Amino acid sequence: MSDFVLEGRDLTKHFTAARGGRWGRRPPVRAVDDVSLGLRAGTVTALVGESGCGKSTVARLLAQVYPATSGEVLLHGEPVKAHRGAAFRAYRRQVQLIFQDPFASLNPFHRVRYHLARPLRIHGHVRSDADEQEQVAELLERVSLTPVEQFMDKMPHELSGGQRQRVAIARALAVQPVALIADEPVSMLDVSIRLGVLRLLEKLADESGLALLYITHDIASARYFAQDITVMYAGRLIESGEAEALTQSPAHPYTRLLLESAPDPDRVTAPETVRLGEPPSLIDPPSGCRFHPRCPLVMPVCSERVPERTSLGEGRWTHCWAAAHPS
Amino acid sequence: MNVLEIRDLSVDYLSGSGAVHAVADVSLDLRRGEILGLAGESGSGKSTLANAVARLLRPPAAITGGSVVHHRRDGGPVDVLKLGRKELRAFRWKELAVVFQSAMNALNPVSTVGAQIDDVLRVHAPDMPRKERTERTVELLQRVGISADRRRGYPHELSGGMRQRAAIAIALALNPEIIIMDEPTTALDVVVQREILHEIKALRQEYGFAVVFITHDLSLLMEISDRIAIMYAGRVVETGSAKALHRSPSHPYTLGLLRSFPRLHGPREELLGIPGTPPDLRSLPSGCAFHPRCRFAVEECSARRPALLPGVEGQVACLLNDDKGVLR
Repeated sequence: MSDFVLEGRDLTKHFTAARGGRWGRRPPVRAVDDVSLGLRAGTVTALVGESGCGKSTVARLLAQVYPATSGEVLLHGEPVKAHRGAAFRAYRRQVQLIFQDPFASLNPFHRVRYHLARPLRIHGHVRSDADEQEQVAELLERVSLTPVEQFMDKMPHELSGGQRQRVAIARALAVQPVALIADEPVSMLDVSIRLGVLRLLEKLADESGLALLYITHDIASARYFAQDITVMYAGRLIESGEAEALTQSPAHPYTRLLLESAPDPDRVTAPETVRLGEPPSLIDPPSGCRFHPRCPLVMPVCSERVPERTSLGEGRWTHCWAAAHPS
Repeated sequence: MNVLEIRDLSVDYLSGSGAVHAVADVSLDLRRGEILGLAGESGSGKSTLANAVARLLRPPAAITGGSVVHHRRDGGPVDVLKLGRKELRAFRWKELAVVFQSAMNALNPVSTVGAQIDDVLRVHAPDMPRKERTERTVELLQRVGISADRRRGYPHELSGGMRQRAAIAIALALNPEIIIMDEPTTALDVVVQREILHEIKALRQEYGFAVVFITHDLSLLMEISDRIAIMYAGRVVETGSAKALHRSPSHPYTLGLLRSFPRLHGPREELLGIPGTPPDLRSLPSGCAFHPRCRFAVEECSARRPALLPGVEGQVACLLNDDKGVLR
């Protein structure tokens, strides 16, 4: 498929554990295994999973923060390997990241103006001081931090969490990227603020044709703000599809569990709770399907072989033996 | 009926540039055996209120007024705020226990989980023989779903969910009447969160303690609580049964919160959200603190602060509800 702006193919990342192996050996942490994911222009794609499932690692692999153990990242269909130097800067001009914590991602000693002017200068988007002033103002306008003159000279501590996150978004937009990766952009913000920031991201994808990856643990927000959802569990992708279809009729038992567990005041009776244990260690992940120790539909084959991708039509697919062999 | 009665409680943070009113004139009742949800955004004073009730506040925070009366199961009422050092020590853990948000920080990293439960028992029930204490420790851990051999484990060897369970086990050690849970599941994943909530409900059924459950996640509160109190800028703006608040919220802030959560099922309702940002407690808006963000605000809202008055179901502090009945 060539209409992907940014694509990861069979991405695998193994980290070296600091310790924990027997006899002083340092075992690999299989953070991400065989992840393939594509982002389209003007589309919000959500990557949903619990903490520790490897979703942030996928974000960093796509952003070329560190190299993949195997697999490749493609930008406009071209494989890229750009981890340092000029190639990395050129890549960063195309793909930008937004992080979870807006309190940590802005330098407390610098004003908003500085945060926005720096990327403009580094990436050569400004010609003069007047031009810089104008572009900074325009960026603030785009993220609805108005009146612009008032926000330009504020320090980060003078801003609320939501305003800081908007500055971080404006900074990412400064280089005019084609793809934006937002790693839990609202989970540290107050409930009443979240909606505004998500709407802003949605608007940017829509109006500027940005390819947006929205990484979250909150599947309900993914339903509202993403066109496609991909669910990840213990380092592997397990299900993907159009947002509404996936949340209303999940195919994988883990997605079902995730949906049942999310708080929902509209529910008449509380769902049956069975103690399922917790996500597995990625140093020694379960054999076969990584969800099998917690799965209610477990079959003998599940612990033996990793399930292949089963297509369910209309762009939906899942990795599950129960879906591969419906009985 | 009430196990705890908070009346006109005010807490200030004293700073160089004047006092910040973190909690202002809060009155709340906690009934025996109920789960009372306390919801609000960061800075709304919900944690400060809980810490004031448990007498855990340290300077620069100071309780500037009000009372917190605890009605014991056997015996008369006591004002928690007037307890001396010794009485306070007996009150905490035996009558009122606290479970904090981050169990990683609440547990002692250099002591085993079993030893920490044993510690509570040894201090508060000095007559209990060692063997009985060990039995009780094992029983408590099993009750919250931790296998007995884990009592020799250290907190770092447990996962986040297990640590939170251990913290709940410690809170249960002396069978208190009140447990304050301050964001007990915020750091956990939804699946684990669901298990812990289920556990809390089952334990409540068994032991009959009352819970003050604090969180910013209103949709979670709707599921677990019997009654809910909503806080905004240090004041309670609405109370009511979870069902009533879900069905027909009376305060515009509650309505805004409810309509900020994306839903998982049913039609994709349009999300309203709340414009603006939470207020700065150092310079609160005049009148009703919510009026600059309120969609229904009228001129009077900036002039007069609404009192918390009984409404159709529960109480509400909103001028629109004062004489016109329930806002819709």
